[in-house]
Amino acid sequence: MAYSDKVIDHYTNPRNVGTLDKSQNSVGTGLVGAPECGDVMRLQIQVDSNNVITDAKFKTFGCGSAIASSSLATEWLKGKSIDDAMKIDNMDIVEELALPPVKIHCSVLAEDAIKAAINDYRVKNGLEAFEVAKSHH
Amino acid sequence: MNLPIYLDNNATTPMDPRVLEAMLPYFNAKFGNAASRNHAFGWAAEEGVDYAREQVAQLIGANEKEIIFTSGATESDNLAIKGVFEMYKDKGNHIITCVTEHKAVLDACKHVEKLGGSVTYLPVKSDGLIDLTELEAAVTEKTILIAIMYGNNEIGVIQPVKEISAIAHKHGALFMTDATQAVGKIPVDVNADGIDLMAFSGHKMYGPKGVGALYVRRKNPRVKVTAQIDGGGHERGMRSGTLNVPGIVGLGKAAELCRLEMNEEAIRLSALRDKLQASLTVLEESYVNGNVEHRLPHVANISFKYVEGEGLMMAMKDLAVSSGSACTSASLEPSYVLKSLGLSDDLAHSSIRYGLGRFTTEEEVDYAIEQTKKAVNHLRDLSPLWEMFKEGIDLDTVEWAEH
Repeated sequence: MAYSDKVIDHYTNPRNVGTLDKSQNSVGTGLVGAPECGDVMRLQIQVDSNNVITDAKFKTFGCGSAIASSSLATEWLKGKSIDDAMKIDNMDIVEELALPPVKIHCSVLAEDAIKAAINDYRVKNGLEAFEVAKSHH
Repeated sequence: MNLPIYLDNNATTPMDPRVLEAMLPYFNAKFGNAASRNHAFGWAAEEGVDYAREQVAQLIGANEKEIIFTSGATESDNLAIKGVFEMYKDKGNHIITCVTEHKAVLDACKHVEKLGGSVTYLPVKSDGLIDLTELEAAVTEKTILIAIMYGNNEIGVIQPVKEISAIAHKHGALFMTDATQAVGKIPVDVNADGIDLMAFSGHKMYGPKGVGALYVRRKNPRVKVTAQIDGGGHERGMRSGTLNVPGIVGLGKAAELCRLEMNEEAIRLSALRDKLQASLTVLEESYVNGNVEHRLPHVANISFKYVEGEGLMMAMKDLAVSSGSACTSASLEPSYVLKSLGLSDDLAHSSIRYGLGRFTTEEEVDYAIEQTKKAVNHLRDLSPLWEMFKEGIDLDTVEWAEH
């Protein structure tokens, strides 16, 4: 199976690899997946007082498509409001990276990681967690 | 040095140019049907086949009449297991095999179960070897066949075939072995090892694809299998079908080259393999899978914890290796062989198999070492699991959101 150029680009030069200080209230952390399944994504966002994501970082254990999906997610998140970030759909990632059907679960995981990070941020700041639809699982 | 580097010789080997040369005349000048008994074209083809049969027999210490040519090891495994079951079903219906066998053996056994057979799938110890006491305890009065592979394709461990065949014969059962990875790599002698049936293939020993053989013992005891392909009664009635003359000639030449060169080759390859393994296990949290003492000379299967195998292979784009990672298959299940060693799923996902071969050079191995180290370190920098491990977090205590 050949990888798309965009997957290879994100895989070779992953954007926004790193760690934010999860003890800060302005940071939301999403950790999704499981080692047994071969994919674990950790996605973090830094949110300012206007509910805008000013920074995003990731680390991923997984195949090239999983790494590329999370790298792309961090790129898309930066500068977005929380509300807009909630609208990122896994199929947008599939389309952008031209993921084959067998790799769609990587994009699902990235969407889950975004929502988990946002909800972590919200709960930390005394807000109610958004309900996350699990229809694509 | 040409890139990419081929280190997947357990999947298939490149053909030796000397094998190709031996085959070429049988594609044109000597195109005859080996079964044509009445003209020179048939005789020329038959002569090529007869000579190849001798070359193959010699490699494994057999008589040439005991070699049945097939399309490859999968067909040979099927013929041996289904053929023995059909032939000996009045004597018993029980077969013993083990969980790390190739799918060709496991699936043939499953087929036999549907026909009323009973199959015991022995587990393996954490080093990949079967427990001989467990094997003997599994034998019943109905046991007609013990089918245990010689060398494993994923981890390279060599089963104690002599001891296994002794147990089989003590209880009046036949011993069959899938020796696809072993024949041509290490000395295999059907008499010294007590083998009654043995499957092997051309393309794993520098010969062509699409040709293999089944060794079927003719004396002490005389073994028979029921044909699975009916037709013109070729190969002593056990495998009908016009003989693949060029393929068979290639298999014969490949067998001869292995017989003459494998001892030196094994010494050279095991030294290179040991160098690769020693250099890579210097990396933190890397583990060799399977028994390292009883192992084929050219194989090393190593897990690099906290990195995922497919991601790793992508980072080593100039190396052709393989992984037990789930992501390489559609099933999303990691290697059943590694799991049967008791390896946790995450270690199975993190494994890379290096299979060296006749044309592997030391320069290539050195390059593979550098590429692997670089890739493992790169991916660990990206791995949240590695970061957690470094922070002293016990990953087994984390509640993972399984998807």
